[in-house]
Amino acid sequence: MSLWTAVLLACLLAYLLKLAGYVVPHSWLEVPWVARVTPLLPVALLSSLVVTQAFLTGEGTFTLDARAAGVAVAVGALLLRAPFLVVVALAAATAALVRLLGIG
Amino acid sequence: MTPWWRTTAFRQGLAVGVATGAYGISCGALGVAAGLSTWQTVVTSLLLFSGGSQFAFFGVVAAGGTPAAAVATSTLLGARNMFYGLQLTRLLHPRGWRRFATAHLTIDESTAVAISQDDSRHQRIGFWTTGLAIFALWNLTTLLGALLGNAMGDPRAYGLDAAAAAAFVALLWPRLRGRQPVAVAALAVVLTVVVAPSAPAGIPVLVAALAALVVGLPRPRKVGPA
Repeated sequence: MSLWTAVLLACLLAYLLKLAGYVVPHSWLEVPWVARVTPLLPVALLSSLVVTQAFLTGEGTFTLDARAAGVAVAVGALLLRAPFLVVVALAAATAALVRLLGIG
Repeated sequence: MTPWWRTTAFRQGLAVGVATGAYGISCGALGVAAGLSTWQTVVTSLLLFSGGSQFAFFGVVAAGGTPAAAVATSTLLGARNMFYGLQLTRLLHPRGWRRFATAHLTIDESTAVAISQDDSRHQRIGFWTTGLAIFALWNLTTLLGALLGNAMGDPRAYGLDAAAAAAFVALLWPRLRGRQPVAVAALAVVLTVVVAPSAPAGIPVLVAALAALVVGLPRPRKVGPA
C-alpha cells in the first residue's frame, strides 16, 4: 500500500465511522437502556479527556506539569463562578507563566 | 431572543476552537517530520479531520510501521466519533446535506461543547461554532506547521494545552450534579488512569465510555431522581 493510498483510505474510513452515528435507524436509539446510558456518555468522555489532556504525556505516562497548575487554577476559578472564557484564559496564562519560570 | 453571536454557546465554541485549532501547528510539523509530504499532511486535516487519528497515523509511519498499520490505528481511534454521532443525532437532528457536514465536523471538541448546552438551539450553535472554528483554524495551522516545521514555536509556550484541558473541566463542571454523574466521572477517571499507560492515545477515552454503560445499564429500582 502506498502512503497516498493509506492517507486516503484512513480519511474515508474516518468519515464513514463519523457518518455511521447519524444514519443508524432512530428506533435503535429509543430502547430504554440506550436512553439511560447515552446521557451519561458525555460525563464519561469529558472526565477521561480531562485526565488525558491534563496529566498524560505523549508517551502515555502520568506527570504533574504546567498543565496541572493551569487546571488547578481553572478549578479555583470555577468554584468562584468565573465565566467560561475567564476560566480557560486563566489556565493558559498560568501554564505559560509556569513554563516561562521553568518550574513545570 | 439573544442573537447567536452573543450566546455562551458561541463564546465557548470560539474559545475551544482557538485553543484546539492552534494545535494544527504541531499536526503539520509532525506529519512532515513523520515522512508525509506537505500535501499528504494537509489532506489528513481536510478530510480525516480528527486530531487523535491524525497523530496516531503519523506516529505509526514515523515509527516505521506499515501504511496498513497506520490506517488500522487511525481507524480504531476514529471509532469514538461514531459514538459521538449517535449522541449528536438525537440532539441536532441534522437533515439532508447538513447530515454529511455534521458528520465531518463530529470530533471530541464539537461534541463536548454541543452536549454541554441546555437546549437544542444552543446545542446547534455550540456544535457549529466549535466545529467550523476548529476546521478553519486546524487546516490553516496544519499548512503553516507543515511548511514552517517547528520554526513557529511550540503552542505549549502559550499554555494552549492547559487551555484545552481547562475547557474540558469547565464543560464537565455543571454536569457533576447527582450521584450517577459523579459515579460515572469517578469510574471514567479510574479506567483512564489504568488503561492510558499501555494504550495508544484515543483508546482510554473509548474505554472510559464503559463507565456510562456500567452505571447507566442497571434498571433503576425505584422511580425518582438518582
